[in-house]
Amino acid sequence: MTDPGLKDIWVYLAASPLLGLTITLVAYGLAYRLYLKSHSNPLVNPVVTSVAMLIGLLLLTGTSYDDYFEGGQFVHFLLGPATVALAVPLYQQFSRLRQLWLPVTISLLSGVVIAAGSSIWLARFFGGSTEIQMSLAPKSATAPVAMGISEKIGGLPSLTAVLVVVTGITGAVLGTKLFELIRVRDDTAKGIAMGVAAHGIGTARAFQVSSQMGAFSGLAMALSAFATAVLVPWLVDWMQALF
Amino acid sequence: MQFLNGITLLLIYQLVGEVTVRLLGIPIPGPVLGMVMLFITLMIRGAAPDSVEQASGALLSHLSLLFVPAGVGMMAHFHRIAEEWVPITLSLLLSTVITMVATALIMQATTRWLVKQPMAEEQNND
Repeated sequence: MTDPGLKDIWVYLAASPLLGLTITLVAYGLAYRLYLKSHSNPLVNPVVTSVAMLIGLLLLTGTSYDDYFEGGQFVHFLLGPATVALAVPLYQQFSRLRQLWLPVTISLLSGVVIAAGSSIWLARFFGGSTEIQMSLAPKSATAPVAMGISEKIGGLPSLTAVLVVVTGITGAVLGTKLFELIRVRDDTAKGIAMGVAAHGIGTARAFQVSSQMGAFSGLAMALSAFATAVLVPWLVDWMQALF
Repeated sequence: MQFLNGITLLLIYQLVGEVTVRLLGIPIPGPVLGMVMLFITLMIRGAAPDSVEQASGALLSHLSLLFVPAGVGMMAHFHRIAEEWVPITLSLLLSTVITMVATALIMQATTRWLVKQPMAEEQNND
């Protein structure tokens, strides 16, 4: 950039939220098109490709994450109202939920405890620091919830946000294959498992399989967000006292 | 206008949730309490208004987009992740697989044991 005019423009753009917001939407748009082109192959998950594109672009142009987030925060902020919005599918599935309330409650509570307990224990087993264990503990809950819990139990909220996204992608990519492998064919069971383990990214994937699986995944994500917030701080205290 | 009303309502519930959580010192994130309060409101009203349905549908249909900025945050943590990549990768991968398999199996088994009319269940899924 020898031209001073171009450099001025770049300095302006790098500091304004416009660029960060625009590239987020463009990258996701491209990633989503690629995903549709691949006949909805779960390996071409739009979150993976758009995150990879954006990190590549930021590293190439030497832009810091903080500068990017000036714009990215507008998209990130919507996670809050989206969490509130989960009340709607929850309400719409209420009659089916009432019929299945006992199995749903049992699976949700065990799922939440298994998710947090196994990630803490496995991280410790493989030599992770306490900070890493605590950042991993709420990884199956949706981002705003997980970040709040991580802060409370002594993890790094911003690292947790990343781990939450990677967990969601892992669940979305492996989910359908795993369910085939263990011969679970019921859309309600698949949906609950997807929502408990892989929150919103898993739910987005579940909606592509069937609307019932999507609704139950959304429901599991909403309820497990709640259960994680209540149970995980206790579970952490208890695990620390016991082991 | 419908869409705007819906978004406004969602934000109001989130705001009330955030304020309540802070005032009462409840260990639950504000948006989650907002979700519970909206759910209770819908139950009492007996129907979801079009505005809320539209706004919620729009937000939830692009849910994975909302995770992208947090995912890009990985670049700010490259160092930390590189330092402890073995426990992070193994714990994350294994725990996600274990959680998914266990939850699906528990849900399948408890549905068969505890819910009446298992035949009707099967037919619903075909």
